[in-house]
Formats: sequence, structure tokens, C-alpha cells
Amino acid sequence: MNLEKKTSQPDFQLERPMAPKSSQIKEFWLVFSNNRLAIGGMIIFILFFCSALLGLFLTSGPDPIFDPAQIRLQEKLRPPLAKANLDTLRPEEVPRMGIYFFGTDDLGRDVFARMLQGAWVSLTVGFVAVGIAILIGIFMGGIAGYFGQHYLGAVSIDTLIMRIVDIMLCFPSFFLILTVVALLPASIYNIMIVIGLTSWMGTTRFVRAEFLSLREQDFVVAARALGVNNFRIIFRHMMPNAIAPVLVSATIGIATAILTEAGLSFLGFGVPPPHATWGNILSDGKRFIFDAPWLTFIPGIAILIVVLSFNLFGEGLRDSLNPKLRQRR
Amino acid sequence: MSFTNLKMKSIHTHNPVILKVEGLKKYFPLRRGFFQRLAGKVRAVDGVSFEIEQGKTLGLVGESGCGKSTVARLILKLLESDEGKIFYQGQDIQTFSEKKMKPLRKKMQIIFQDPFGSLNPRMTIGQTIEEGLRILGIQNRQQRKARLQKLLEMVGMSAHSADRYPHEFSGGQRQRIGIARALSVEPDLIICDEPISALDVSIQAQIINLLNDLQDKLGLSYLFISHDLNVVGYLSHKVAVMYQGQIMEYAPADRIFENPQHPYTLALLAAIPNIRINQKKDKENKLKVLGGEPPDPLNPSPGCKFQTRCPFAESHCRKNEICLKEISKEHFIRCSRAL
Repeated sequence: MNLEKKTSQPDFQLERPMAPKSSQIKEFWLVFSNNRLAIGGMIIFILFFCSALLGLFLTSGPDPIFDPAQIRLQEKLRPPLAKANLDTLRPEEVPRMGIYFFGTDDLGRDVFARMLQGAWVSLTVGFVAVGIAILIGIFMGGIAGYFGQHYLGAVSIDTLIMRIVDIMLCFPSFFLILTVVALLPASIYNIMIVIGLTSWMGTTRFVRAEFLSLREQDFVVAARALGVNNFRIIFRHMMPNAIAPVLVSATIGIATAILTEAGLSFLGFGVPPPHATWGNILSDGKRFIFDAPWLTFIPGIAILIVVLSFNLFGEGLRDSLNPKLRQRR
Repeated sequence: MSFTNLKMKSIHTHNPVILKVEGLKKYFPLRRGFFQRLAGKVRAVDGVSFEIEQGKTLGLVGESGCGKSTVARLILKLLESDEGKIFYQGQDIQTFSEKKMKPLRKKMQIIFQDPFGSLNPRMTIGQTIEEGLRILGIQNRQQRKARLQKLLEMVGMSAHSADRYPHEFSGGQRQRIGIARALSVEPDLIICDEPISALDVSIQAQIINLLNDLQDKLGLSYLFISHDLNVVGYLSHKVAVMYQGQIMEYAPADRIFENPQHPYTLALLAAIPNIRINQKKDKENKLKVLGGEPPDPLNPSPGCKFQTRCPFAESHCRKNEICLKEISKEHFIRCSRAL
């Protein structure tokens, strides 16, 4: 809290004293940092982000540091933290540091390496799918909210877009995704796009609702009275004020997308086999659940923790971005 | 606090008319029920006519929901009117397209009632005001900054408030910023939509004085909308009293206060708290508290709109539509009691 230096300007006595300058980010952080669960969620979110990025570097390339594809049939179903049996392995087969951190699966592949590789898949699926959903959602919601009263023939644009949203929401989205994925060649990009294309409806409704209330606000009316063009009103005046709930739903949306991808992979419709994802590690492991429970528990718990932390982070964001929920002390 | 006795503006000089409104109407359709059938129309503005002279102020008074703010939005073409004409310096802007309206937008500006909702919370004061300067066509950054400082000074704000956000200011300060934004495009006419109703009394006086000074300095014309007759009387050259979408009395400010004719104006004047004891107020005492209910806007009964609350209502008031009549020079009232 730094009060401004007092300058000798007798003309402006009316305006003294001024409220101390405080930025919105600072105010946001003050509320957010009080929410321990949200902070925990954010830390796990950052850890997950870093490990996924790190995982990409550690598991790719011609000679990866952790090789997720290395098959060692003589070392199958070893428990977590088991030491590699150096006598039976060729030197290039030995895992890093001679330890299987998360054990091995039925083909003797290092589960730790596979989890690292899968983290990157989960991360990109989450972000790209939600990115697509948000872009479509903002576009459709923005049009419905701002230009909704215009008519295309007999129906208004608003009615048209919102009925499309209703129709999309009628489909059980997981089965819609299953159908589309069954028709399209299985690849990680198709999965991302399909998840994105089937999850934009919530954002559309959010943005439309925000725009409908914002366009009646005095500062938007003032901008129109000044003669500011529609493009600038939408992107300079309305969007920054509508973006907070969208961000929140995006954070929770990422969790849902990760879960959907894991579900698809578990059912065998996801990313094709040599590539590891958390879903297919889980799926492969379920046959050995009594002999090698770590094969199901490790990816399962990882999905649980990441999805939970995203949800907690998202809810913390919502509470601190919403001025009505802020508790002032 | 009574402004009425402090100063009454002179109306004896005549300037060219800057804004003229003729028979302005806006009916809002009301839809009800499952099939959204038309249940009726709310006559928000029902044939309003007035004119504002260059450099003068017209006060528009009336109770909540009588259509004052709708008039403001109709004039700025933020709402499309159903009927009537709006002349700005002789041009009928009613028929103008949005594109043709653009250069005129600079000439007419608005100040809002709610100082908290009228500024974009995500933009600094500087950004908000500079937006207007950009529209005015000042491309040079330095020039914009210089102009911004001058505008802030003009409304009595310090120059270093420019990089602060609206939430850091009080209501009165925000209202000044709103005025600065309106001034940024160098308008001729400012529509003040209850600019002081949300402020406390001492701040009200500051803003009123500011508006007055700006009018003297820049030759602005105001349409001053308020529900407070005292303030309107202090600021305005002419006053129009509105009730249920119609103008009930329209006269120079001094005559509204000295010789009010319409029962509704009398009621409004009687409602002003007064500390002086006045024996002559027998007629008004009857009016102290208006009885009755305002008419249902959906299906108003024929005749005068004020009949349900008027203590002088007679049978012919309930039958015939009453027109605005000129009872003396420049003094119009909509009442059958007028001779």
C-alpha cells in the first residue's frame, strides 16, 4: 500500500484523498491465496504441466532417456521401485538408474516412462480440445449475445444458435465421440478435435449470457454513443468483462477432456497402441489387477489427482474472480 | 437544500435551436404466455415534443418509469423510435442509417445515472477517455495525452488519475470521469440522464456547478433529466414535466416555479421539502400526498393520463384525450382546467 506522494496542487483539493492504488491482480491474489484447496490444485496443476513438458523431452527422440517402448519380456510385471536384473538385460535395455520407479507391465515396459509419455498426451488433449471448444464457444456465444436480435428469415440469430446448442446437448456426448472416432482414423489429433467439437455448448451459453447482460450496461451504451465500432465494443469492452467465467469453465473443461480421453483409450478407441496414454495403461493393466495392481492404480490415481486438482483450481478461480463471492476483511 | 432560490437562469435571449423533437413515440411490445402472444404495448414515450436552444438547458422532470431515460436513448438513436421526428440542427436524424449517424454521434453525448456501471472496469481512465479522442481523429499519441490531461483538468481531476482503474474512485469522481469521456469528442449537446441522483448532496452540488461552468465555458446545450425539481430549476432554462410518457407542462423554468398550472406539477412542487411556513399553500396542501395509482400502462383508460391521481379530475377528463395547449407565451399544459 503506497499512498501517492502529496503534490501541492490546491486546485485539486476536491480529489484528495485518493484511494490507495491497488491492481485487480493483487486483489485477486489476496482472495485466491486464502483458498488452500485452490492453491493445492494450482501447485499440482503446475507440477503436472512441468512433468508433462519434461516427459515429452525425456521420452522422445532416437535415444530417449526413459524409453516407453523398450520391451523386456524377462522383466515383466515387476513391482514399483524394483531393481532391474542386470544379468539378463542387454546394456541398452537397462532402465535409467537401474530402477523401475513404477514397475513394469506385462511386456516388461517401464511404466514410469509410459506415464511420462502419457502425461503429455493428457495435457495436449486437455488444452487443445478445450482451446477448440472455447474458440467456438466464444464465437457462437458472442454472435448470439451481441447480434442475437437480428433476424435470418423467420428466426432470430439468437434462437438459431441456442437451438443448435440444445440439439448438441441432446446427444450423449461420450457416445457421439465414440461414433465419430469409430468412423475416423484413430489418431491423437482426431481425438482432440472431436472432443473439442462436442464440448463447446457450455461456453456458448456462458458467453451469450454474459454478453446479454453486458450489452445493456452503461459503459457499453456509452461506447455505442461515442460511435465506437462493433468490433472494438466486442473485443475491447465486452470480452475482457466476460472472460472470467469462461476461464473457469475452461479449467474444469480440461479436467473433463482428460477424463474423456482416458475413457476412450480405456475402451480402445483412443490413441493407437504403441503410444502410451494414461487411459490405455489403465486398460492394459486391468487384466492383471490381482497380480500387478500398480498397473491400474498408478494411472488411475494420476488421473484422479490431475482431474481433482484442475477442478479445485477452477473453483478457486471462480470464487476469487467473482466479486460477489469475495469476502472482504 | 434548495437550489431554487439561488439562481434562476435568464431565458430572455433566443438562440438557434439545436435539437427539436416532434411527436416522439416508443411503444414496447409486451409478450406473455407460452406462445409469446402480444399482450399489449407499454407506451413508454407517447408523443413527446420539445426543443433545445444552443447553449441552453432543458430540464426533463418526472417520476420513475415515466419514460425520461427512454427519451434520452431515442434521441441518441440507441433505441429506434416508432414514430416522430428528431431534428439535430435542422436535419431529420430519425431516418439516418448507423453509418450516416456516425459523424453526428460525436455531437451528442450522454452522461449516466449510475457512476459505477458507466465506466468499463477493465480499462483505465486514460484508456476510456482516449477512446473518444481516437474517434475524434487524434492519431498522434502525444497529442492525445496532452488532450487527455486537459480534459481531466477541465472536470477537476488530477492528471495522474489517468492510469488508474474505475474501482479506485468514488462516485463523484467517476461521474467527473464520465463527463470527461462525454467531452472528449467535443459535443454540442450533452444528455444528462439523472447524473446526480446516485450521489450524495454535497457531491451533487459539485457536479451541478461543474456542469454549469462547462456550459458557460464551452457553450454546451443540455437535456437534463432528473426527478428532482429543485436541481432542474437551478440548472434549466426551460422545463418539461413528464408523466406516463407524455409531457404535462412545458414552460420556461421561472414560470414553472412561480406559476405552475398543471396539477401534477403542483404535486411535484408540493413534494419538495420546505422549511419555510407558507400560508398561501392551501391549494397545494390538498396535493401534499398524491392519492391513487398510476394507470396500468398496458390498457390505459381513455382521457387524461393523470385522471387516476388528479384531485381535480372531472367527468370530461375521463372521456376526451387532452392536448397540449399554450396558455400563455411559451407555457404549455396538458389539462382541461386550462382556459
